[in-house]
Amino acid sequence: MLLLILKRIGLGLITLFIVSLITFVGVEVLPGDACTTYLEREAYGAALDACIKRLGLDIPAYERYLDWASNVVRGDFGYSLSGEMPINEVLGPRVKNSLVLASVSILIGIPLAIVLGIITALWRDKLPDIMISTITIFSMTIPEFISATLLILIVAIWLGWLPGIVIIPSDATFYELLSNIILPVVAISMIMTAHMARMVRSSVIQVMASDYVQMAILKGVPYWKMVFRHVLPNALLPAINVVALTIAWLLGGVVVTEVVFNYPGLGRLVIESISNRDLPVVQALAIILASIYVGINLIADLMTLMLNPRLKSLQIRK
Amino acid sequence: MESNLITEDKQKNKLEKAFEILKTMASRPSGLIGLAIVLFHVVLALISPYIAPYDYKAISPNTMLLAPSAEHWFGTDSLGRDVFTRTILGGRTALTVTFFGSLIALLWGGLLGIFCGLVGGKIDDVVMRVVDAFLSIPWILAMLLIVSLLGTSTEVLIPALGFFYGKGIVRVARAATHDVIAKDFIVSARARGHSNMSIIWNEIIPNVRDAILVEGAMRWSWMLLGFSSLSFLGFGVSPPTPDWGLMISNARGLMSFAYWSVIAPIVGLSSLIIGINLTADAFAKALGIDRSTKAPV
Repeated sequence: MLLLILKRIGLGLITLFIVSLITFVGVEVLPGDACTTYLEREAYGAALDACIKRLGLDIPAYERYLDWASNVVRGDFGYSLSGEMPINEVLGPRVKNSLVLASVSILIGIPLAIVLGIITALWRDKLPDIMISTITIFSMTIPEFISATLLILIVAIWLGWLPGIVIIPSDATFYELLSNIILPVVAISMIMTAHMARMVRSSVIQVMASDYVQMAILKGVPYWKMVFRHVLPNALLPAINVVALTIAWLLGGVVVTEVVFNYPGLGRLVIESISNRDLPVVQALAIILASIYVGINLIADLMTLMLNPRLKSLQIRK
Repeated sequence: MESNLITEDKQKNKLEKAFEILKTMASRPSGLIGLAIVLFHVVLALISPYIAPYDYKAISPNTMLLAPSAEHWFGTDSLGRDVFTRTILGGRTALTVTFFGSLIALLWGGLLGIFCGLVGGKIDDVVMRVVDAFLSIPWILAMLLIVSLLGTSTEVLIPALGFFYGKGIVRVARAATHDVIAKDFIVSARARGHSNMSIIWNEIIPNVRDAILVEGAMRWSWMLLGFSSLSFLGFGVSPPTPDWGLMISNARGLMSFAYWSVIAPIVGLSSLIIGINLTADAFAKALGIDRSTKAPV
């Protein structure tokens, strides 16, 4: 068991190592180095020299990678070109803002998805299922920027209930954030809930058809007791992994949502740093987002291991 | 002569089978709606240059932000361009780019996945680690970086999208291959002395094709979503080319009083994505594959 957990953590670390190689090599291979890309037409003379000096572009690439990687491991991402300040200072408030947005969306999204998934599975092909399933299909297929735009148009402009875009500085306090994030949270959790509800639904349906549930029904176990004792624990367990993958996948969509609502989080920083051609920040973001992805998957794996007694004795490999 | 007859027979069987699958797909209302929407969009994309009532890039200060009327069915945008014209033309680039992108994704992802599933061992381990690493970098970050450094031409977008949406197919193809290679007919093909290539081509591909095709259909709708997100963010199609993502992003600022110029492209893009999704769902069901248990990786 301990070995299995250690192995999982090891695999995650290897993945992150490869990610760091990919981002580093990618930036090396693509045309233009960080300095010429950033300075564009002013890339000559003293400005270029100073930039090259500061980023250490004059030393060989592998040495630079080792330097960079060892700093990243110690939590130092280097220097932002456009902000003229350490990347850590740029990242700090953004990470906090995105965390607030993501955790509120997840806290609303997951319970709602479980409830909706169970309802649709138990009333399969009946009116509640058809209605909820149609809505989930719509909200999971429509792009984030469309649902966000429609939310602004309807709730903010036509009804005038809430402010349409977030106008707060990136170092806003927690309470300032909360009053501004209602629409972004709705936009993000809509898609997330739809994806997860669908998985919970098919998982519950699968378990309902299994032998032990049929057995419980034949034994005369009351319906709701059967649902809560026999079906749900078995149905929700495999969903954990898929939920984790979905959350991680939605990181890309969060970028778009943050841009639509002008929310000062990591996502908007992605766009800003790419528009400014600030490659050191882009590298840092790639590592951070990949770590979040790996971390979420690792937690899900470990949770499944802890909760499922059958897997404890098995060695699972994907 | 005889072998000719056999291949002809096989060809006919394939057509019949494809027709059969189409019929099963259309037998459910959701599948029928999906197929109809996709067909509508494909036909529209083919004929729209001939039926467009106005020039899509004709700017005129006299017709700025007009409300929908008999002359301009969907109104005009902030530069005085006809929104109806731009909307019916707006899917052409997106459809072409994502269609070819999906083909590339299917090909490299499918073949690499089958190869890894078949050979296993060290090569498989290394490839899967690299695929995992690529999966953990958000697609949008990688795509934005590539596009901002290499430009937004279709020659860049198609391979880049094909590459980034293919890595998930590697996993699916590999898993499907694992299910197949333990079966007896593979063992007997090996015993007959067939080469790896021959086994892949004649034994494995026919058996994993369905799973990969369903995955490819899904990728198509996600790629469309990704492509229009890029356009929306200003990193996709460059103006004045009509494109739904770009139109929505341009019209968004003025939607408090000119909502029509944002509604039309929204309907266009959403209906196409929903259509492809419904079709892919029906396709999966017709082939007996349940994909609602899978995460969108």
